[in-house]
Amino acid sequence: MGEWYWLPDYFWRFMEGLWVTLELLAIALFFGFLLAIPIGLVQVTGPRWLAAIARGFCTMIRGTPLLIQLWLLYYGLGSLFPYFPELRQSFLWPILREAFPYAAVAFIISVAAYEGHIMRGAFASVPKGELEAARAFGMGPFTVLRRIWLPRAIQNVLPTLSGEAVLTLKSVPLAATITIFDVYGVGNIVRQETFRTYEPLLFVAFIYILITAVLVILFRWLENRVPKVSQ
Amino acid sequence: MTFLSNIIQFLSEWGPNLLWGLAATVQIALGGYVLGLLIGLGGALGKIYGGSMTRWGLEIYTTLIRAVPELVLILLLYYAGTQLLNEVLRSFGYEPVDISGVAAGVAVLGIVQGAYATEVIRGAMQAIPKGQVEAAQAYGMSAFLTFRRIMLPAMVPLALPGMANLWLIITKDTALLAVVGFEELAGATRQAAGSTRLYLEAFVVAGAIYLCLTLASNSFFKWLEGRTTRGQAKLGAA
Amino acid sequence: MLRHQRRDFHAYFYPAGRPGLLPVLWAQLVSGATKNSAIHVDGLRKSFGDLEVLKGVSMDARDGDVVSIIGASGSGKSTFLRCINLLELPSAGNITIAGEPIKFAPVKDGVMNPADRKQIQRLRTNLGMVFQGFNLWGHMTVLQNVMEAPVHVLGQSKAEAREKAEALLQRVGLFEKREQYPAFLSGGQQQRAAIARALAIEPQAMLFDEPTSALDPELVGEVLKVIHSIAEEGRTMILVTHEMAFARDVSSQVVFLHQGQVEEQGTPDQVFKYARSERCKAFVSSIH
Repeated sequence: MGEWYWLPDYFWRFMEGLWVTLELLAIALFFGFLLAIPIGLVQVTGPRWLAAIARGFCTMIRGTPLLIQLWLLYYGLGSLFPYFPELRQSFLWPILREAFPYAAVAFIISVAAYEGHIMRGAFASVPKGELEAARAFGMGPFTVLRRIWLPRAIQNVLPTLSGEAVLTLKSVPLAATITIFDVYGVGNIVRQETFRTYEPLLFVAFIYILITAVLVILFRWLENRVPKVSQ
Repeated sequence: MTFLSNIIQFLSEWGPNLLWGLAATVQIALGGYVLGLLIGLGGALGKIYGGSMTRWGLEIYTTLIRAVPELVLILLLYYAGTQLLNEVLRSFGYEPVDISGVAAGVAVLGIVQGAYATEVIRGAMQAIPKGQVEAAQAYGMSAFLTFRRIMLPAMVPLALPGMANLWLIITKDTALLAVVGFEELAGATRQAAGSTRLYLEAFVVAGAIYLCLTLASNSFFKWLEGRTTRGQAKLGAA
Repeated sequence: MLRHQRRDFHAYFYPAGRPGLLPVLWAQLVSGATKNSAIHVDGLRKSFGDLEVLKGVSMDARDGDVVSIIGASGSGKSTFLRCINLLELPSAGNITIAGEPIKFAPVKDGVMNPADRKQIQRLRTNLGMVFQGFNLWGHMTVLQNVMEAPVHVLGQSKAEAREKAEALLQRVGLFEKREQYPAFLSGGQQQRAAIARALAIEPQAMLFDEPTSALDPELVGEVLKVIHSIAEEGRTMILVTHEMAFARDVSSQVVFLHQGQVEEQGTPDQVFKYARSERCKAFVSSIH
């Protein structure tokens, strides 16, 4: 099946790409989820204006392609820099010049919106009585959130969050369109340099199947650690 | 406000191009969606009623498609698919053909959607109370009649939320075709942005158009759900 | 309204007019002088929008008292109980827990908010609440449920809390189920676990909000048995219930609420045998 002579030459490039992919994924999932918690929460208990902002944010991000968001951040913001020449001297410039931070921010925002939407439902699904019981035992609002509301909400939606993580992983190749060499980006280099059309793509697909399998197993393990909600 | 005047200027010059892009987007999304729906129906039936070989094949199909990034699949299916098709044609003595971008896009997105649709429809089919199907058989309905008259209508409200979600996904996934150089909305926007240098304005406009498409789709599906779930609310909740 | 007030007046000054009351009253007088007030509620009002659910309810529970609150559904008895630990915010009135009056902010939108949230959180740890719907935390085992408040509210060490929790679960007959999750227990077991959870904070008073109403009839007995044993050890209890026989058996004081007002109040005998109010008589006899 195909010709694979190029693989030894490019193996380490692929491993570097794998590292970039995992790095982006980890950053996006971690910070995205951190943002998703308040975004979901204010839609359930927050003041009306804050809930409206959070809902609007989710609708807007979920309603537009991630690719457009990525390009808007990278090319759109980049096109403004010439208007602020002093930026080139500022300490931020080394960051602004890189592509990686744009991809990271775009993915974080995306995860925050999708998971924020999920967390809204998750927070709302926790039985009111259990929160009331927590308050009746003298817990303050923060303790209720930390000990009861959040863990109970996550327990309800862990399978959904796991699916969302896989979807995020699968969107990482979009970063290659703004010059980031993730696994897919490395695959593109190989295709250009070796003129092999689909073997590098097959190899990328293979790596992705492996990562997905690891992610799924990881979440299964997490799901088994938390108790089932009902009999 | 230079930003607003830039947008107006951008729209007056490139508006028609973006509209053509939008038309292509909707066209591909619709085609891919219908193809995905058909694959999903067949896949769901195969997964529930098929033999062990069919079920294995379908399991591999849905698992692989759902694990590999759409972008990789699009490239694989587009390049490899074209090559494969032409080799087959050549071996039968036909001239090689150029696959149109639209056809390739529809085929690729349809195959991807089919994997997700299979799971959605299978879930809906399995949620139909067994008694309803048994009742149909008890009245002497054939398998096909049972499917058409009983299972399909009972299934639609159950599958609708998932299928609505798939439509929203495919409208956004069409943007991936821009990466392989296809001129749908995202591709047209990128071209317009490059030639006007109004990157920020161009992508804001494109985002707004996609958002409108999503919001319109949302209200359409809400209306549809209201229509199809009449009298079946309890079924959906069970 | 006026008639009602007059009746209260009458009851206050001429209690001996009723037969068989004198010994009871004497006992109350003596205990009243020696025991401290555990929960004192004065003129409590609560409205939901235009609907006034509580129209000035007063109650005094002294240490060791078991006060049963009875009445038809919609009489406001659960709302009254939930106002005591401020799960519902009252519209007017005073509440004193263990001699400490709850500080309220000025009335806003028909609701009295607590002036000091920390005070509420502290006072709530003196009140062990048992809910109609159990409300065990679904993501924790039975043991974790019982240990949760002692560790994370009262700041006890895990080892200490665990030891006490296991003893309590032993007492309510659930020690073997301690590693189970609530969803896998019967209603009766869940409610017994919830009682253990409430006892774990060593409250000065227990609040029971229709603890057996959500249970299948055959499971009511096991829960009542546990509540009975708690009453017997002399713990202060406020009990909202439909179980008339139980209320009569266990209470030192019974309050009959009707449409948000105290219609009848006194010893179990006063309320169940010698009720003055026709409504109370009718209610009590209809349930029996």
